[in-house]
Amino acid sequence: MDFNDTAEEAAYRSQVRSWLTANAPRKSGRVDSGLEDPASMEEAKAWQRKKAEAGYACVTWPKEWGGGGGASWQSVIFGQEEARHETPGNPFQIGLGMCVPTVMTVGNDADKERFVRPAVRGDEIWCQLFSEPSGGSDVAAARTRAVRDGDDWVINGQKVWTSGAHYSDFGLLLARTDPDVPKHKGMTMFWINMKDAAVEVRPIHQMSGASNFNEVYFTDLRIKDSQRVGGVGEGWRVSLVTLMNERLAIGGGAGGGHRTIFKLAQEISTLAGPAAKDAGLREKIADWFVQAEGLKYTRYRTLTALSRGQVPGPESSIGKVVSAALMQDMANTALELEDQFGIISDPDLAPLAASFQTALLAAPGMRIAGGTDEILRNIIAERVLGLPQDVRLDKDVAFKDIPTGR
Amino acid sequence: MDFDFSDDQKFLKSEARKFLGAHCPVSAVRAVLDRSEKAYDQDLWKKVTEQGWLGAAIAEEHGGLGLGSVELCVIAEELGRSLAPIPFSSTVYFVAEAIKLAGSEQQKAEWLPRIARGETIGCFATVERPGVMNDAGVQARVEGGNLTGVKLPVTDGDIADIAIVLAKSGGQSGLYLVNLSDSTVGRQTLQTLDPTRSSAKLTFSGTPAELLGEIGEGLSLAEAVMNRAAVFLAFEQVGGADRALEMAKDYALNRYAFGRPIGSYQAIKHKLADIYIKNELARSNAYYGAWALDDGAAELPLAAAAARVSACDAFWFAAKENLQTHGGMGFTWDVDCHLFYRRAQQLGLVAGGAKAWKERLVTQLERRNAA
Repeated sequence: MDFNDTAEEAAYRSQVRSWLTANAPRKSGRVDSGLEDPASMEEAKAWQRKKAEAGYACVTWPKEWGGGGGASWQSVIFGQEEARHETPGNPFQIGLGMCVPTVMTVGNDADKERFVRPAVRGDEIWCQLFSEPSGGSDVAAARTRAVRDGDDWVINGQKVWTSGAHYSDFGLLLARTDPDVPKHKGMTMFWINMKDAAVEVRPIHQMSGASNFNEVYFTDLRIKDSQRVGGVGEGWRVSLVTLMNERLAIGGGAGGGHRTIFKLAQEISTLAGPAAKDAGLREKIADWFVQAEGLKYTRYRTLTALSRGQVPGPESSIGKVVSAALMQDMANTALELEDQFGIISDPDLAPLAASFQTALLAAPGMRIAGGTDEILRNIIAERVLGLPQDVRLDKDVAFKDIPTGR
Repeated sequence: MDFDFSDDQKFLKSEARKFLGAHCPVSAVRAVLDRSEKAYDQDLWKKVTEQGWLGAAIAEEHGGLGLGSVELCVIAEELGRSLAPIPFSSTVYFVAEAIKLAGSEQQKAEWLPRIARGETIGCFATVERPGVMNDAGVQARVEGGNLTGVKLPVTDGDIADIAIVLAKSGGQSGLYLVNLSDSTVGRQTLQTLDPTRSSAKLTFSGTPAELLGEIGEGLSLAEAVMNRAAVFLAFEQVGGADRALEMAKDYALNRYAFGRPIGSYQAIKHKLADIYIKNELARSNAYYGAWALDDGAAELPLAAAAARVSACDAFWFAAKENLQTHGGMGFTWDVDCHLFYRRAQQLGLVAGGAKAWKERLVTQLERRNAA
């Protein structure tokens, strides 16, 4: 048990540090606009290009594809050090974390040649077109149709919850190509050009006020068969490659929330006296602390496995279930402390610039996006503990005959 | 970054698991549960002594193996997993650690080798009444080197050779080392929730007592000992919680209802996923405690409290929900669920309950935030 770097790790860290000090962009002073304005997008692309030229974009990818040719632990160290700087937003995560690795694993040589390097350099941005109104948790329920027409496919349908579709150049699309076979067998994966006129992107207005997701509509979108990623009917298997890459990513955690709530508690009174001395609140703070710290050290265990060149254990699967619920519970308790004032979400009036009001409105999204609490518990039960899959009434039924409800 | 057991420690862990699998099957735990005259498993105690585990974290100069605290944590996890019915925690986590922490050279030389050789069983006697250990709760008195008072419950008090007792002299608290073979000591075995770990009421009537550490430091020393014990106990709790999860999983896979294994229902799957989540959080917090203890880090009080709070939560949750998963069978004497349910309470209370530890944790956080 040792929190310190090995000699090799320390050497790499210091190399990364001096590169970042010399190259990381200075504080812009501008509030992060979520990549909505062209200037922030340009900053993000410029930073990605600079990293790619130094081998720090996609640290573990082969050099021949524009990566750094490094080990997982190097990627982790770079991530830690980069987080110490105020770097631009990252619109590349979905492409480089999920879509492009799928192209690299499953795609043909021409596609690899065409797409991998520009994506690493940040010249082209990707989004993932899996979820649909008919299936978020149940991805294999996708109804978007791709119909063969000579050497082309014609695509009609709708995707939803597509992060970054509005600024993406390309998308990885899961479509139904054969509704006469069971649902997992009748899908095919394609890449599409998001700038095609037959693709319409409509932002979703979230309950938090922001718009990070989109609806994407396809109306007679015509693509070439060469845009197929993997075989016809292999779409489900290919999507598992994509999602596996998602799970390899080490998520961040909700640390430090207890500090903020302490700060609030020092300024506020309850009927029994200062909130910071309130026994009920103190117990909750202890509970939150052990959850947040437990997650932090669970991540350290995962990093240790990477550092030792081992495959991390399944323990990292608990991260989002714990942190999302923690965020919601803390926000609700903070608002209770603020009492009648808690209803005010104006950052100029609410304590701590309304950070707990903001968290309260963001928390439901945290509990749903990237796998709901319920789906994640299923995953832990099935993949970690080895419990049986849920009964699937639609498994062996032709897709067109599956009951759909509304 | 190296936040896991080393290969040597993992080897020790797998050897310990094999050893306890062979020498501490659940039938051995039940033998202590079912026979009230049997306070602990003497055969197992002897074998554990032969393994050198009692002295794992005792220096070689005092007859131990001279390994670190982390190695003792590794052993603790396996003892917890197998519900070992022996006075290991009292003797090693409390008494040996107290002597290592506060004992004079002479006291260390006198007692640590005997503990390592399995000749001396120890117990840690602090409380006298319901509620947390505090200054007002210490009525036991030492006058002219003789101790008078009553302590209960004292885990392993009925079988121990020595006790470390929290008492007052001239209004100041101190920890005292007491030889329990003295004729002025009265012992009465108590009926407790977990008969696989014995407990007693100790009565002292002018019993010779030797100061351990400085007078005036009794309470703070007792807390320092509890910080150390809390980390080891957290590993026992994590071991027990993991075993409870395995039991629940095995049962859920093999028990059919409505034509399906009950483990295919989300009500059960999500329950077991929640146990897994708490267990992993507890394990991670326990690892941090082990690091803080081994490193002599200033964060130990906070790390120990976090390990304790997380482990108490995890073992209690795993034990009660394992029993629930077993349905009616889980409520019977013959199915082992109640052994874990009982032990979760025993371990959850023996070094002070989670409620008090949460307050300690937040007090430490306030200090850190203020610094």
